[in-house]
Order: sequence, then C-alpha cells, then structure tokens
Amino acid sequence: MKKHLTRLLMTSLLSLSGFYSGPLYAQASSQTIEIAYLKLVQDQGPVLSNIFPIPEDSGQRGAELAIQDSNTTGRFLNQKYQLSQVVSQDFSAISEQAATLYSRGIRFFVTDIPAKELQLLAQQLGDQALFFNAGTQDDALRTTDCVSNLLHTIPSRAMLTDALAQWLQVKRLTRWLMITGTTPEDTAYAEAMKRAAKRFGHKIVAEKHWSFDTDLRRSAQKEMPVFTQTDEYDVVVVADERGDFGEYVLYNTWYPRPVVGTQGLTPVAWHRVVEQWGAAQLQSRFDQLAHRWMNNKDYAAWLAVRSIAEAVTRTKKTEVDAIKHFIASEQFELAGFKGRKLSYRAWSGQLRQPIPLVHARSLVSQSPQEGFLHPVSELDTLGFDKPESQCNLMKNF
Amino acid sequence: MKINIPIAAATASLLLFSSLALAEVAYVSNEKDNTISVIDLDTYEVTATLDVGKRPRGIILSHDQTKLYICASDSDTVQVMDLATHKITKQLPSGEDPEQFSLHPNDHHLYISNENDALVTIVDTDTNEVLAQIDVGVEPEGMAVSSDGKIAVNTSETTNMVHWIDTETMALYDNTLVDQRPRFVEFSKDNKYLWATSEIGGTVSVIDVASRKIIHKVTFKIRGVHSDKMQPVGIKLSDDGKYAFVALGPANHIAIIDAHSFEVIDYILVGRRVWHMAFNADQSLLLTTNGISGDVTVIDVAKRKAIKSIKVGRYPWGIVVKSK
Repeated sequence: MKKHLTRLLMTSLLSLSGFYSGPLYAQASSQTIEIAYLKLVQDQGPVLSNIFPIPEDSGQRGAELAIQDSNTTGRFLNQKYQLSQVVSQDFSAISEQAATLYSRGIRFFVTDIPAKELQLLAQQLGDQALFFNAGTQDDALRTTDCVSNLLHTIPSRAMLTDALAQWLQVKRLTRWLMITGTTPEDTAYAEAMKRAAKRFGHKIVAEKHWSFDTDLRRSAQKEMPVFTQTDEYDVVVVADERGDFGEYVLYNTWYPRPVVGTQGLTPVAWHRVVEQWGAAQLQSRFDQLAHRWMNNKDYAAWLAVRSIAEAVTRTKKTEVDAIKHFIASEQFELAGFKGRKLSYRAWSGQLRQPIPLVHARSLVSQSPQEGFLHPVSELDTLGFDKPESQCNLMKNF
Repeated sequence: MKINIPIAAATASLLLFSSLALAEVAYVSNEKDNTISVIDLDTYEVTATLDVGKRPRGIILSHDQTKLYICASDSDTVQVMDLATHKITKQLPSGEDPEQFSLHPNDHHLYISNENDALVTIVDTDTNEVLAQIDVGVEPEGMAVSSDGKIAVNTSETTNMVHWIDTETMALYDNTLVDQRPRFVEFSKDNKYLWATSEIGGTVSVIDVASRKIIHKVTFKIRGVHSDKMQPVGIKLSDDGKYAFVALGPANHIAIIDAHSFEVIDYILVGRRVWHMAFNADQSLLLTTNGISGDVTVIDVAKRKAIKSIKVGRYPWGIVVKSK
C-alpha cells in the first residue's frame, strides 16, 4: 500500500511541476493501433483426466498482457494500443464480428480458431487484414494450405515433435512404443511424431491405439501394463492432446520406461517452469494480471501482439502494408524470453522459436539440441523447412 | 635457535599485517543461494559466505568502500551491509523487485531499477527516503549515473529503450531505441559516450550522450559459436579509456573492444553464461561472474588470459572489488 501511495504522490507532483508536458510527451500527433483477438470456443469433450481444467481465458490474458507491455513502451513514442475481443462458440458470429471490426478500420487479428475456419476467415477479410494464428498447431497450414495473410506464433505440431525427437536422439532413446488416442488431433500428433522419427532416425517398435472407455483412474495399474506389453522399447510416446488417458500411462508401463509426448516429458511453446532468459519477469507480470499460470496460447497471443507492436515501434507506422513489410525484413527481431531472437519464416509465416521440454515441475531441456545444425538457423531444424513447404508467403509482404 | 624464532615470528606477523592492509577482496552475489561470497584476491580463495536477502543480484560499494549495497530482488529491498562486520545494518525502501542500481557521485542518491513495476526509484541512503519514482519502459534493468552526476540512464528490456533522466529534476528527458533486450549501460570516463548492451539483439550500442543518437554498433563473431549465442550483458570500460570489456553470456567469452575504433580485438574464454565483471584497483585483474558454471573467472588483463577459476555459490550474478 505504502509503495503505491508513494508512487501516486510522485506522479502527481511531477505532473504539477510540468515535467510531463515537456518535449517528450508533446511529439507529433499520437498513433493508435487497434488489434482484435478472436476466439472460437471449442468443446473438448469429456476427458478422464479432468483434475486440472484448462483455463477458459487461455490466450486472451496473454494478448491483454502484451497490450499492457506495449502501452508502457508506447507512452514514450506517443503510440497507444487497444484490444477488442470476440469470444464465441459460434463461428458465424465471429466471422460477422470480424467483418464489422474490419469495416471500423481494424487490420490486425490475433486468433485462437481451428485451421479450417481460420483459413476461411482470413481469406474472407483479404490481404489488407493481417492474421496471427495463436491457437492451432495444424501442420497443413504451414505446408499445403497456405494462407497469404496468416502468420503463426504458436508452434506447429511438427516443431514440437521434432524438438522432442532431437532430445530422444541425444538421450539415445530410439526405440519407441507409440500410443495414439481417438481424435483427429491425436492422429495428427502421431503423424508428426512419425515424421520426426524418420527425420532423426528413431524406430517405432509398436503402435497401439487407445480406444478403451473405462475410467483409468481406478484401474490403470491393472490395464496399462498389459496394454503396453510389446517388443522392448526405450520410451513410450503418447499422442493424447486432450489429456484423456495419457496421464495414466506414466509408471504403469510393462517395461519401466519414460513417457513422452502429450504427457510425461512434453514439448511446449511455454510453461510455468520456463524461467531462464528473463522469463521469470514475464511469468510474474502475467501472474499479477491473470492470477494463474501462463500457458501455450497465452504466450502465442503475447508474441503476436508484441510482433505488431515491435514493428510499429521500429517503423513508427501503423499501416498494415508497412507492418507486413517490416516483419518480413531482416531487421525484424523479437525477444521472446527463450534465449534467442525470434523471427518469422518467409515461406510459412511460422515464428521460429526454441521449444522447451518440460514435465509438471521442471524444465528438462530446450531444443534445438546442440549439434543439430542448419545452414541458416538451427531453429529451422524444428518443423517444416523451406523445401518441405509449398508456401511462399512473404514474397508478397 | 631461540633467537631465530622471534625474528621469524616478527617477519611473519609483518607479512600478515601488510597482506591484511593490501589484500583486495571481491564480493559476489549468488542469485539462487541468497548469499554473498567473499573472495580474497591474494589467495583466490572464498573466505566467507554471507547470508543475505532473497535473489541477490546487483551489488555496489559506497564510495569509501565501507558499505555494500545489495539488490535483494525477491525481498523487495536494498540491503546495506557494513563491510567491517559483514552485518546487514539496514534495509532501504527500493520499490518492488530491485535488480540493478547505481550510486550518484554525491554518495547518497541511489538509482534503482524496479524490474516488475516499470519504475526507477531514487532513494536517499542517509535518510531512507524515496525521493522519486519515475515511469520507464517494461522490465527496467541497466542503471548508470554519469560521473559528473548530471545524468542517470536506465534501460528497459522489453521496451528496448535507453531512458535518459535529468538528476536535478528527477524526470525523463529523452529515450533512445536500441536493439532487443538492453541489459547494461556504462558511461565513458569523459561522459561523452554511453555504452549499452543488447542481449538478444547481440549488439553493443555506443551512444553519443549529447545527441542521444547511436553512433556505432558493435557486433561479435567467434568461430564455432552461433551468432545468436552472442548475448552481450555486462560492460567494463578501462580507466585509461582504451578498452571496453563485454561479457557475452552463453557464448562464454569476454570480448575486448578498442574503445576508439570500436573494433573487437580479442576474445577470452571464461565460464558458462558470463554475466558481469569487476576490475581490481589497478585494473591488472578483471573478474567475471559465470551464472551457469557457478564460478568466478580471474583474467590477467595485460596478458588477456584467464588465470584462475574460483567456485562460488549457485548463479553468481553481481561482483565488486573492495581495495581499501
């Protein structure tokens, strides 16, 4: 309390004596940058492992924090950032709202919308709108379903699984048992894992599909060992994005082996245990704002808003063409608390970034692993590299 | 035989006395241990480990070197340690999460960056009074006051600016945009230039103090180390004005820069993730804190060689040398 009082007092004193009207704050006319956050609420369906629910405001609070951070910077440059939020379970409502926002002059959209709908929406608003995908990890959006006005701040599945496969290679855990869930997302994750297995020289000993519908909380100790009894493996790779059964694989496998993938040791964009490289500061700012842990979608939304703000700060322009041009240029670099400067891949519009490998209580490693080399950037050893993607996004930026 | 003993003893005590009088001592803050390591620079041995507040980072000496100021970040205070007794004598109201600070030449105005609050707090160390809190960018970090006492400078890591503060009015008068994650600033001895490191940008900006414009950017290149790992943090400028020493973080090297031509002339391998540095009094030695390897490297400045590595606590961060 006392601290805040002091601060208030000092602020008013300073403004009374006129410092705040000095040349610093009386620069040319101010710029306002309006950004919209669009979220299509998706029903995850019932899951067995429902003890820790995913926060309903995932993503939104990350965007809000980035607006706050950008406004702190903006006050020195006479730039003001504003956020509109549209959250709905109904895609047509979002699409309508987005059109209204566009007609009001908003050009920057940060989204948590599944691939198909996102593609539709981005195409509908056209190239004078710039979209940042901070929700879907869909690989097709980065390789075959190219959208000309769409960038990605959330890592693709392939980036995550490559990050994990590199680490498994370093640890010589090269014989995998794969367990895949029933949803299309689980299949997509498993596909990404298989691609990574091929790239980094792993062998899939057996692949099993989880289709049981019993409540494993009571019977995992009995069922899981039998289910995982196959040829010997070094590691169990789980593809269960919703968190249905995966939590119950740990410590219940036939061979006493580590569990990785969507559960166990997990590749992520962000997690509370990330604290190096100044991340502790971002974590505590987020905690102050949201009173919960910052997650993947919060981080991706934060990066998206910060990308726009960084381009505005450096160019002092707010027009969408100027921002696109700067983001595509060599000058663009973003600090994302991961120990490397981040930039966008010219072909897919994917933000390059290191991938932390975490378990519930600590950071285990961060990929790319040492020794995985690349002629341009080691970060491009994660996910789809230029020759593997049909997209050529930034040639028109 | 009997005669020899007192002479030897006298000689020994004389030696002991002189070494006591001259021994320089380094103080190192250990971020993850909540301690300060004390290193005797004659023997290169840790002679004491002192408990202090939580997450100690920036440390500086009072001008007479009798007091050590300690940013105890997670205790939200600046502690004052009496170096004769190694006891904490008082806690200053620092604002939240103090990280780095700088002491005004008047020896009692402390400029503190409050990392979590986007503020610079100015505290009078005599009266414990908060004189001002100044709004700066997100994650204020580096702090420096010019030797003529007129200008204080702060860097904000996420806003990517150098903020210029008039110490008389205690208000901002300009901002300079620099590369990503500016971490540390130091004025040249003549106060004409300000050197600022950008950790993620991988550059050191040399800024003309009069115009607040960047006049040169230094970049780094070491064979076998990826350019993204060149992450400059601490800077030390030699008193003779000839050299700048820059700690390169995860590149595990110190760069030596010619302070006139701004060319990098050498790199010295030190411990892992090197943060900050301190000279001894005659600047024959440069000491570095190496966060990940948990040690201090001693560099022979003339030979440009690391001569000794001293194990300290976990995540050593700040370092100062007491020579009086």
